[in-house]
Order: sequence, then structure tokens, then C-alpha cells
Amino acid sequence: MEKRVKFKGIWLPILLVLPQILITAVFFFYPAGQAIWQSLFIPDPFGLSMQWVGLGNFEFLLSDRYYRASFVTTAVFSILVTVVSMGVALYLAVLADRLVRGSGTYRTLLIWPYAVAPAVAGVLWLFMFNTRVGVVTWYLGLLGYDWNHVLNEGEAMGLVVIASAWGRISYNFLFFLAGLQAIPRSVIEAAAIDGAHFWTRFRTIVFPLLSPTTFFLLVVNIIYSFFETFGVIHTITSGGPQQATTILVYKVYSDGFVGQDLGSSAAQSVILLAIVSLLTVVQFKYIERRVHY
Amino acid sequence: MKHTISILAASATLGAAQAAMAQTEVEFWHAFTGRLGELVAEQVDTFNAAQSDYKVVASHKGNYSETLNAGIAAFRAGEQPDILMVFEVGTATMMAAKGAVKPVHEVMAAAGADFDQSKYIGSVKGYYTSPDGNMLSLPFNSSTPVLWVNRDKLSEAGIDPDIDLTTWERVGAALDDLKAAGVDCPLTTAWQSWVHLENFSAYHNTPFATMENGFAGTDTELAFNGPAQVTHIGAMGEWAKDGKFIYAGRRNEGGANFRAGECAFFTESSAGYAGINAEAEFDFEVRPLPYWEALVSEPQNTIIGGASLWVMEGQGDEEYKGVAAYLNFLSSPEIQAKWHQDTGYLPITAEAGDLTRSQGFYEANPGTDVAVIQMTAKEPTANSKGLRLGSFDQIRGIIDEELEAVWSGDKDAQAALDSAVERGNVLLRRFEQASR
Repeated sequence: MEKRVKFKGIWLPILLVLPQILITAVFFFYPAGQAIWQSLFIPDPFGLSMQWVGLGNFEFLLSDRYYRASFVTTAVFSILVTVVSMGVALYLAVLADRLVRGSGTYRTLLIWPYAVAPAVAGVLWLFMFNTRVGVVTWYLGLLGYDWNHVLNEGEAMGLVVIASAWGRISYNFLFFLAGLQAIPRSVIEAAAIDGAHFWTRFRTIVFPLLSPTTFFLLVVNIIYSFFETFGVIHTITSGGPQQATTILVYKVYSDGFVGQDLGSSAAQSVILLAIVSLLTVVQFKYIERRVHY
Repeated sequence: MKHTISILAASATLGAAQAAMAQTEVEFWHAFTGRLGELVAEQVDTFNAAQSDYKVVASHKGNYSETLNAGIAAFRAGEQPDILMVFEVGTATMMAAKGAVKPVHEVMAAAGADFDQSKYIGSVKGYYTSPDGNMLSLPFNSSTPVLWVNRDKLSEAGIDPDIDLTTWERVGAALDDLKAAGVDCPLTTAWQSWVHLENFSAYHNTPFATMENGFAGTDTELAFNGPAQVTHIGAMGEWAKDGKFIYAGRRNEGGANFRAGECAFFTESSAGYAGINAEAEFDFEVRPLPYWEALVSEPQNTIIGGASLWVMEGQGDEEYKGVAAYLNFLSSPEIQAKWHQDTGYLPITAEAGDLTRSQGFYEANPGTDVAVIQMTAKEPTANSKGLRLGSFDQIRGIIDEELEAVWSGDKDAQAALDSAVERGNVLLRRFEQASR
């Protein structure tokens, strides 16, 4: 039985959605339009002159093999951050869901890291893994492992992935826990009576019923790892060693604010915009089909 | 500043007594925090207290890059300060921005201020002068790389702390001995590109880039992949492989290692003096930057790093007079000598250096004049005036990446420097196009 409110006339509904449209226009359409426009020029930093180059900025970028390599770095980084943060969060949520006592404390403690800003999280992890005074580095040294993310590309990537995923685990945990608690007990109990073990129940009942949450988190986490991890990368590695952790969004910053090359920077923003749109379309079109609501 | 009038109007309506002494405000954006920030504030207070016509208002706008970006954004919005501090690698960007900056020599001339450009030390002002010899900005803080030595570490390793370290050959031999004696960090560095490529090239009188390192035009190309640089970076790469050179990071991360007493040698700016003097609990010493005897019989001069003050376009005549007065105040021997002694930065005028000497500062603080001598002992050549390259902050980033490939053993020196030159040239062409 559906209940729908029908408006008479057109002005009231327009008035009601107007604030939303205005906000989107001012904070999204206008800047995005500016980026697209600027990507067609090579301006000087002070805005004294602009030269029309058409798609020249895009040609310049795509002919740069270091820029192309940055796509691979970004893909590796995003996949790792998403898998690590969602995997750990799901594991913790499943454990928390089974707790009878103390689950409130457990939940509260797990949510804390989400309150830490990415740049601060970066500094915290950097201190622990500092090649000279880091606690973790010191313990690894006792085990005979020489940690040096300043020169080792794999270790640098590992460190920024952990630092980016860490704060994100809390967020994912909350959603997974809510999703788990929304699964009807009766279904799980029926399966248990039929003799299904925990792992079988998780695989055949819980995980499929959790798929809307998983899908939502997948989209949100990939977008997070694309854009919001800037602070972590900036504080820990500045994109190094060599170009091991230079993800696309870091290169936008470095071209725009270190190199003052606003044309290239704008063109990169446009490319990022296209990638994220494409990813979202793919996710909704292909992955959502397999999601059971 | 556009708000001055309204502020004055407001104070007049309030019936404030100050209305009688109408002050012109001069806005000054800088990049200093901590001790240096306090010293800048002290200079401003001294100036403001000494006269009543102008009031300098200093604001901290973040690190060097952030301050430059703040200035650029403000100019685009028409809210630029009168004076903007820009680090030396931003010089070409500022020079190309005709219409955004007002050359210092013009500001001085228009204000009718007394301005004798010959008073300024050649190798300091050279970085910021136009091809016809006029100063475009006023050097503010300038330093040059030197070799810092932990004398206790040498003694512990059984090496005479007074050992001759004038050449890299001799330093290399000392590194062998230090490693053999079990020292974990024989050598570390800060600012690898600045010390080991930019200054290295000037010091060995070898071009870093064509067209007089960019001074003669924007159609310059990088040239630091020559045999001299390859020799040095190759040797550093060998030392890194053997654990004799410890790489700590792209900026001055190595400073923490040295100040904690872990490293025997440290190549860093002469301005590291304040920090090392405050923290080091060991006997340290400043030595001139070493050179390769195999490459040159004696070294040229080193070049500076640091920042200069640029005057922005679009302000009123009264404000420019205030700017001229403040810049002249900063150049006065007393203020310069104090700045030089407090910070370890180089004096910008010869008079300030002489005053410091006559005050007995160099005798009381041995080694503080090493940088001054190293910079001024020889008349600069086309290879040692400085660098004037567009997008240079970003090119340094590329150099950092390629040097890291050498330190980690992924590339040999020639391949890494060739790659850095090739990638940097692409950015130089972009800059040339943008500033056309």
C-alpha cells in the first residue's frame, strides 16, 4: 500500500527543491564548470594572461608516462585501502554482533579512530614507523627487519594504505554492524537448526543479506581512497619514494600548488571527475544487479 | 591596503587621538614560525616604534609554498599584500609575473629613497637581479650549504677531529674509517638537490642549466647530467649502498639524526646553526662544503637558498613609500648584523658583515663566518650566480625522486640524472609557454 503526496501546481515543489539545487549549483556545477573551462588553457599563475590550448593539456598529461603510471598506483592504492578497511571492519562487526556483554564499550572504542583527521592520522602512523625513533621500527629492528619506508617503495605503499584504512575501519564497522543487526534472527536460527555451521551460515545467508551495505560501502570507500587520502600521503611520503605513492589526487596538488601549472592541474581534475563518474556508473549498473535488497 | 581609509575613518569617528598621526599600513606576508617568526616580529616592532608615518603589519601565511600560493590567490582577488616573501626557487615565477610585481629598484626610485645597490653582497643579490644589474627583490634570509661535523663522533672512531675535510676524496676516506669503526651514520644530508646538485654545480663551476642557469632567458635546458655531477652522485650512491651515507628524507629530516648525535657528517644550510647550537650535546664544528680535487683545483663560490621580499603591484604611492622605508630599515647595518648573528643567515650587505666582525661575533662563535667566506671568496661566474628556472620547486621534486632511485640502488647516477633532466625540461617548456 503506497501513500504518495501529490502537489497541486508546480511552484511549491520547485520552491522546495530549490535550496538543494542552489547548493549543488554553487558548490558543484560552478567549480566543475570552471575546472573544465580552465583545462582548455595554459594560464600564468597570477591570472595575467591565458593561452587557449584546446585539448593540449590533456595531450601533455597523457603523453607523460609518469602520469599514466600514477593511474596504476592509484588503482593499487584504492583497492588495497578498500579491501583492508572493509575486510577488517566486517570481521570486527561480526565479532561485535556476537557479543552479549560489553558490546557498547567495544563499539564506542572502535568508533574513535573515525574522529581523527587524515593528516593527524598520517602523523601518528609516521611517528610509529619513523625510521629513526619509531616504536614499530624499533621492534621490527629487534626482529631483524630493517624498516625504511623512506627508500623502500613497497613499505611506503603499505604504510600509507594502513594509515588511510585505519580511520576508515570505524566508519565501515558502524555500517556493517547495523547491517548485521538488521538481519532477522529467525533466518539464522532456522539455518542453525538445519545444522549449518557458523561459516556456512555467514557465506550463504549473512553475507548475501548484507550485500546492500557492502555495495554502499564499496562505492563510498573507493571515492574516499581517491580523494580524501591526500592528507595522509602529504604528511607521510609526499608521494615518494620515487613515485611509489603519487596517486592522481596528489599530482593535482603538486602540479597546481607546487608547480603553479593551473592548466595541467585543472585538466587532471577533469580526468578525475570522469573516472569517478565512470566508476560509479559501472558500480550501479553491474555490481548492483547482484545486490539483494 | 584598501581598508586603511575605512579604518582611519572609523578611528576618526571614535574621536581617537591617533587620528592626528595618520599612519599608512604596510602589509607584509611571510613564511616564518617559531624562533624565526619571533625575530621577524621583533624587526617589525622595532620599525614601528622608531617612526610614526608607517605601520608594518606582518602576517604568517604558512610555509614557503603556501605563502607564495596565498600571495598568488590574493593577487587574483585584488587583495594582495604590499610585501610578499617568496623562496628563492620561486624567483623565476615572480620575475615572469610582470604586472603583478614592482621591482624593488623602481619602488626605491619612485619613493625617492636612498638606495645604493652596490652595498649589497654580489653573490647574495645576484640571485635576484635583472640582466642589467638592477635588484628586483630584496634578499631577506639567505644561507648556503656547509659541512657540519660531530667532532666527538670522530674522536670515538679514533679519527683526529681536526682532520682535513676540504675535499670529498678526504671525506670519503674518513667515511671508510667511520664505517670500519662501526658508526651507523657516517654522513647524512638535508635538501639533497640544493646541496648535492645545485650548489655542487656552482661550486665546481659547471652549468646546472644552459643559458647561464636560466639568467639569460626562459629557453633554458637543464644540464646537470654532465660528468662532474655524475661523478659526485655516483660516489654518493656507492656510499649509500655501503651504509656510509644515510638518506633520511627530501627536506631536512637528516637534521634530527645529526642533532641527536648519531651522524658524524651532515651537509646542511649554514642557517642550521640556531637549531644545532640549541640541541647538540656534543662538540660540533662548521667546515666549508667539500669539493672534488679530481674535478677542480679549487672551488668556485656556493649559491644561496632562502627567500627574498617582493613588492606587489597595485598599491598607492604612500604605501610604496612605507615599503621603501621598511626595506631600507631591513638593509641597515645594525638590523642586518643582528639578523645574521641571531639566525645564522648571511648578511645581505658588506657593512653588516664588517659590523659583525668588529663586534667580535666571529671570534666568539668560531665557524659562523665559514658560509660568508665560502660565498664571497670568489667573484661569481655564469655558473655560480644562482639559478633562475621556472617550475623549479616541482623540478626539485623530480630530482628528489630520481636521486631516491640512486640511493636505493634502482638506477645508476647517469641514468637517474638523464631522466631528471628529461622530465625537468618538459616542465621548463610548459613554463616558457605559460609566461610567454
